[in-house]
Amino acid sequence: MTTNNKTSKGVLVDLTRCIGCRGCQIACKSWNERSTKDTVMSGVFTNPPKLNSETYTHINYIEQPQDSGQAWHFVKDQCMHCKDPACVSACPVNALEKTSTGPVVYHYSRCIGCRYCMIACPFQIPKYEWEKALTPWVQKCTFCSERIANELVPACIKVCPTQVMHYGTLEEVLREAKKRQQDSPGRYHDRIYGEKEAGGTAWVYLSSVPFEQLGFNVNIPDVQLPSLTWASLNKIPATVGGFVVALSLIAWFRNRGSKGEQSAQGKEK
Amino acid sequence: MATVKEYYQSQPRGMKILFALVGIGLLTILVRLATGLGATTNLSDDVPWGLWIAVDVLCGVALAAGGFSVAAAVYIFNMKKYRPIVRPAVLTAFIGYLVVVFGLFVDIGKPFSFWHPLVMWNYHSIMFEIVWCITLYTAVLALEFAPAFLERFKWEKTLNVLKKFIYPLVIAGIVLSYLHQSSLGALFLIVPQKLNHLWYSPIIPQLFFLSAIALGLAMVSLESIMGSRVFKREYEMGILQGLTKGVAIVLAIYLVVKIADLAVRGSLPLVFTSGAASFFFITEMLVGVLIPLALFARKQTRESVNGILTASSFVIVGIVMNRFNANFFTQAGTGTFYFPAILEFLVTIGLISLAILLYRLAVTYLPVFPEAERT
Repeated sequence: MTTNNKTSKGVLVDLTRCIGCRGCQIACKSWNERSTKDTVMSGVFTNPPKLNSETYTHINYIEQPQDSGQAWHFVKDQCMHCKDPACVSACPVNALEKTSTGPVVYHYSRCIGCRYCMIACPFQIPKYEWEKALTPWVQKCTFCSERIANELVPACIKVCPTQVMHYGTLEEVLREAKKRQQDSPGRYHDRIYGEKEAGGTAWVYLSSVPFEQLGFNVNIPDVQLPSLTWASLNKIPATVGGFVVALSLIAWFRNRGSKGEQSAQGKEK
Repeated sequence: MATVKEYYQSQPRGMKILFALVGIGLLTILVRLATGLGATTNLSDDVPWGLWIAVDVLCGVALAAGGFSVAAAVYIFNMKKYRPIVRPAVLTAFIGYLVVVFGLFVDIGKPFSFWHPLVMWNYHSIMFEIVWCITLYTAVLALEFAPAFLERFKWEKTLNVLKKFIYPLVIAGIVLSYLHQSSLGALFLIVPQKLNHLWYSPIIPQLFFLSAIALGLAMVSLESIMGSRVFKREYEMGILQGLTKGVAIVLAIYLVVKIADLAVRGSLPLVFTSGAASFFFITEMLVGVLIPLALFARKQTRESVNGILTASSFVIVGIVMNRFNANFFTQAGTGTFYFPAILEFLVTIGLISLAILLYRLAVTYLPVFPEAERT
């Protein structure tokens, strides 16, 4: 379950470049044949207000009051394609898979709909087709895995007019992020979001302001989340062995000498 | 049909109500299967696990913990005193697990793919461990309870074969129960940033196991008392007092481990600084642990049936709250308020009624209690 930074693909999202045109939202729907859902005016420009089973990506519009009026930040939101994804480890049937090229993909025919992936994901990404009666699927950004397999860039990146997203191998993407920080002192906040979160993600972000101001969850630990559950699972063989031996010994010790009595009881019944 | 009608009419009112609730629950399940989770529940992308997971699964499994605990006491530790309650306890566990299986079937998005984890293995998944534990332990419980059927229908040969395997069965049941009870806690290991650290801990699997034993034994006491009342038998005071002592010891261990765990991780201040989470945590600890321990410490409680009944009920309610809290506060961060839909309640009430009904039918028609009263 280790991701090779040299071969696995990643994306640098430079939020300072985004103008909020939502072209990526449309391109994503178009390529992935996603429909729309009813939406409502929510008082903010973000639309739809949250990701859903028909919306793999959207732009969050963040208004920040400033001395000189209003500052706008536009934050693209989609699956982060973790290097060691919590959802992949959580799924009991391998319906989610981290591919060697980077995308975390979903195999609908395996899914049983337990929704543990939705609980486990630190970024609240997998969404469910609640409205379907018998074949609801989990839906989320695919990192356009079929396009990547055919050496095309993902649809959202292809359509972006201001080159917000820089696509390449994960190693190159992280190098580019650090280069930009060095080349333009003061332009960027010093953190690269996704470099360490949950053990690292394939999509990483640069921003001009601290990420907590943009609604990013900055409390996600750096640890690879699957290692936390694996620490419990890998003890099972030893636990089973220990229990069986200990219980057998106790049973033998506590029941010694009372065997005759018990079989006599059995015969009575 | 006439006989069914006669049977129904001959039943006391309590049973009629149970039949009705089960019927309503089953109809609601048909509606859920026909129309989907979105149409029948208040679940959403923000709160994907609701009432059914909290009650039907997390609590259903914990309530069944009396089965392996009593079996361990009698067969492994040779505490003969408790032999009369082995069968009722195993029956409870068996019915509990049947209801859990049914509840999971209703809850998962694709019910008819329920068998996938048995052939598509991801042994890195806690959910995979859980599915296997449920499957295997339900089978073990069926075999542990089978003698009641075999005696009833006088299949002596099969009965004698089964009796030879009682020790391996009991040991398998204990091991599977440990794995299953603890794995329900281990589900939450993967969300350290979501679940408040009042509950989140690297030892949450073991905490779930400990609290399940207390809950399971309290449940067995409660059943024993209710059973005596319904069937007008003498209270088994010796057994009840022993069970009560067991509950108190396990609760005391749980309390010490819980406080030590919070202290070691530096999370003790959270008890007072987490707002709503603090309130629910303190309530859960008061109801499930501190009040029962205070009650058990008094001689009057331990010597009166009503005292034992009250204290046991506190334990059950408090530890059920613990399971609710772990599930709820894992998903609370999204800020979405979840309250179950009416249909969710109807299914859960129906399943609980089904459990009580099956228990009632089993103790009526099968030799579950020692003298095998038939009404």
